[in-house]
Amino acid sequence: MSEASPKPAVIKMYAAREEIYPRETKGRYASLRWACVWLTQVVFYGLPWLTWNDRQAILFDLGARKFYIFGMVLWPQDFIYLAGLLIIAAWLLFLVTAVAGRVWCGFACPQTVYTEIFLWIERRIEGARSARIRLDRQPWSVDKLAKKSAKHLAWGVVALWTGITFVGYFAPMRTLMASITGLALGPWEWFWIGFYAFATYGNAGWMREQVCKYMCPYARFQSAMFDKDTLIVTYDSERGEPRGAAAPKQGKGDCIDCTLCVQVCPTGIDIRQGLQYECIGCAACVDACNGVMDKINLPRGLIRYSTDQAMQKHWSPKQILARVLRVRVLIYTTLLALVVAGFGASLALRTPLKLDVIRDRGSMGREVGDGLVENVYRLQVMNTGEKKHRFRIGVAGLDGIGIAEAQDIEMEGASTRAVPVRVQAKRGTLTAGSNQIVFSLSAIDEPSLQVQENAVFIVPK
Amino acid sequence: MADFTHGFWDFYIAIITLLSILGCGILLYAQSSHKVRPGEASDGTTGHVWDDDLTELNTPLPRWWMWLFYITIVFSLAYLVLYPGLGSYGGKLGWNSSGAYTEELGKAKAEYGPLFARYMSQDLETVAADPQAQAIGERLFMTYCAQCHGSDARGTKGFPDLTDKDWLYGGAPSIIKATIMKGRNGVMPPMGAAVGTDTDIENVAHYVKSLSGMSHDPIKTAFGKSKFAACIACHSAGGTGNEAMGAPNLADKVWLYGGSTETIMETIRKGRNATMPAFDEFLGEDKVHVLAAYVWSLSADKKVVAKK
Repeated sequence: MSEASPKPAVIKMYAAREEIYPRETKGRYASLRWACVWLTQVVFYGLPWLTWNDRQAILFDLGARKFYIFGMVLWPQDFIYLAGLLIIAAWLLFLVTAVAGRVWCGFACPQTVYTEIFLWIERRIEGARSARIRLDRQPWSVDKLAKKSAKHLAWGVVALWTGITFVGYFAPMRTLMASITGLALGPWEWFWIGFYAFATYGNAGWMREQVCKYMCPYARFQSAMFDKDTLIVTYDSERGEPRGAAAPKQGKGDCIDCTLCVQVCPTGIDIRQGLQYECIGCAACVDACNGVMDKINLPRGLIRYSTDQAMQKHWSPKQILARVLRVRVLIYTTLLALVVAGFGASLALRTPLKLDVIRDRGSMGREVGDGLVENVYRLQVMNTGEKKHRFRIGVAGLDGIGIAEAQDIEMEGASTRAVPVRVQAKRGTLTAGSNQIVFSLSAIDEPSLQVQENAVFIVPK
Repeated sequence: MADFTHGFWDFYIAIITLLSILGCGILLYAQSSHKVRPGEASDGTTGHVWDDDLTELNTPLPRWWMWLFYITIVFSLAYLVLYPGLGSYGGKLGWNSSGAYTEELGKAKAEYGPLFARYMSQDLETVAADPQAQAIGERLFMTYCAQCHGSDARGTKGFPDLTDKDWLYGGAPSIIKATIMKGRNGVMPPMGAAVGTDTDIENVAHYVKSLSGMSHDPIKTAFGKSKFAACIACHSAGGTGNEAMGAPNLADKVWLYGGSTETIMETIRKGRNATMPAFDEFLGEDKVHVLAAYVWSLSADKKVVAKK
C-alpha cells in the first residue's frame, strides 16, 4: 500500500465458518455429560414404546385433540398445564443459570447431546482430531469418500431414528412402525419424520456450535442472569500466567500453553481469555487441563468451576457454596416451589369431567302449564377420563327448581356430548329477571366424580 | 375488488411491494461489508460509533446467514410470481381463496356425498329409524334450527314447538321436509277493523278461548261468536284452522304467541307475521332430507319410528 493511493481496507460482516474439530476428552465432566446423553436418550427413544392400559403411555393425539400421559388424558381445555409447565421450565432455567451458569447447555441441551452422539460417530469413522483435520485437508480420494459416506450414512440413520421417534409421540409408535415397513405413511408423517431427521442431522452434524452462537437466544441473555456469584468455567490466570512451556520455578505460571483447552472446546474459544458468550459451560477444558496438571504433577483446577467473586477474593469451595444462598437464588427457589406446588396440586385435584352450560339465546324464558317457568340450556358434557360412566344432571339454587323429564346420561371414556335440558321452577316465589342457579353433574357409579357450573335462570316479567 | 377501489391502487401496492424487496436487497448488500475510510482506525470494529466513543467489535456472522437473507428475497419474488400478491395480478398458479374454498367443499362432498345419497334414496320414515342419520340430524338441528326452535326443539313465542303433535301446515314427513326446503310465511292480517270495536275484539277473544276449553266469560263469548264470522275464512267455522294455508287450530291449547286474553286481542288487532326461512339452497336437499326425518321423529310416536 503506497501513500499516494491508499486502498481502503474492507471489513466483512460475514465470513466463512471455521470448522471446529473438538478433541475427545476424558474426565469427570465428560462422564457426566455421557450420563446425561444416556439418560435423555433412553427417555426420549424409550417413552413411545411404553404401554399403559392397552394404549401408548405417552401419546399426543392431535387429530382427536387428546393428550395421553400415563393415567391422565389432557384435553385442549387443559392447555393451562402446558403454560404451567413452560413457566416451571423458565423458572428452573433462571434458577439453574443463576447458580451454575449454562450447565443446561453444556450437559443436557439436545443440541449438545446430539452433537456429542454425532461426534462420537465421527471419531469412530474418521478418527481423532488430528486425523479429521488431515482428512479434510486431503484432496478427494476413495478412502476419503468412503469415510465421509460412512459417516453421513451413520448420521442419517441416527437422525432418521430420531425423526421416527419424534413422530411416535404423535402417531402410535407400533402402528407407525408397521406403516413405515409397509411404506404406507401419510404425507404429514413423512414430512415430520423427514423434517425432524433433517433438523437433527443438520444441527448436530453441520451446524453444531453455530446453533449456540448465532441461533439460540438463551446464550444472549445469559448475561442478564449471571452475577458475580454464578459458577462459571474459569481460568485461574493468577496461577497460570505468564504461560509457557518452561518449569514454574523459572518465573513462569502453571499454564504450559499446551492449548489442549482450546482443542477440546466445542465452540472453539480460548477459555484463558475469560468468560465469553460462546462458552456453553461444558467443562471439556476443565477435564483436559486437569489431565495435563496430573501429568506434570501440579494440582488440578487451573481451569475450574468457580465464580467471579471467588477468583478475586481467593475463596475456598466452601465459601463459594455459602454464596449460593443469596437473595436472588432464594427468590427464584421460592417462586419455583410455589409454581411447582400449584401445578402439582392442580393436576392432582383435577376432575376428569367437564361441564359447560350454554343457555339458549332464542328465548328468555317461557311459561309452561301449572305456573311453571322454563329455561332451556345446552349442556356440553365432557367425560375426559378413560372410563365409561353414567352421569346424573342436577340443578339447584331456586325453590322448587328441577329438570323436566330428567334422564341420566351414559358416556364412553374420553367423549363429548351436548345434552339439551329444560329447567323448570315455580313462578310464584321467583323474582322477574335473572336468577343464579347451579348445575351439577355427578357420576352415579363414582360419587367423587362431580362438577358444578353456574348459570342464569331468566324469569319473564 | 375493482368494485371498491380505483385501478391505481393495484399498481401502487405492487410498486411498493417490489421497491421494498429491492430495498431489502440493497440494504443487505450495503451492510455486508464496511469500507474503512482514510484516517479511520482499522481496528476490527464495525466502524459504527455511538455516543461519541461506543464502538462495536466486528464478529462476523457465518456466510450462510447472509445467503439465507438472499434466499428470502428469491423466495418472495418466486412467491409473487406464483401466487396473488402484486396488486391485481393473480399469480401463475391461479390460486385464490374462493377456489380453495370450492375445492375444500368438493372434497367434503366427495366424502359425505355417498352417505347422504344413500339416505336420499330412502323414504323419510326409514331415515328416521337409522341411528347414524339421527345423530347427523341432531347435529344439523343444533347448528341450523336451535337458534329459533331451541336446543330442545320446543320453540318459544313465535317459534313453533316441534315436539308436539300440533303442526300448522301438517305433520307428515313430506310436509315437514317441504317446510324446511321452501320455508313458510305465516301471515295473519290485522283484523281489528273487520271485527269491530275493542269490545267486539275482547268478545271474540273470549269466544276463541272457549273453543279450546279455557276459562272464558260466557256472556262475552256469546257476543263474540257472531263476530267470529270474520275469522272463519281461514280458521274455519269451528276454529280448527286450515293446514293448507297454515292457519292455526284455535280449538287446541297450543298458542304460538300466547293464550292470554290480552295477547289474543293483540293478535286480532295487529295481526301476526312470521317467517321460516328456506333451506333448500343453503343446505341442499340431501341434508334437508336427513334433517326433516329427525324433526319428524321428535314428535312421532317412538314405536312408529322404531318399527320402520
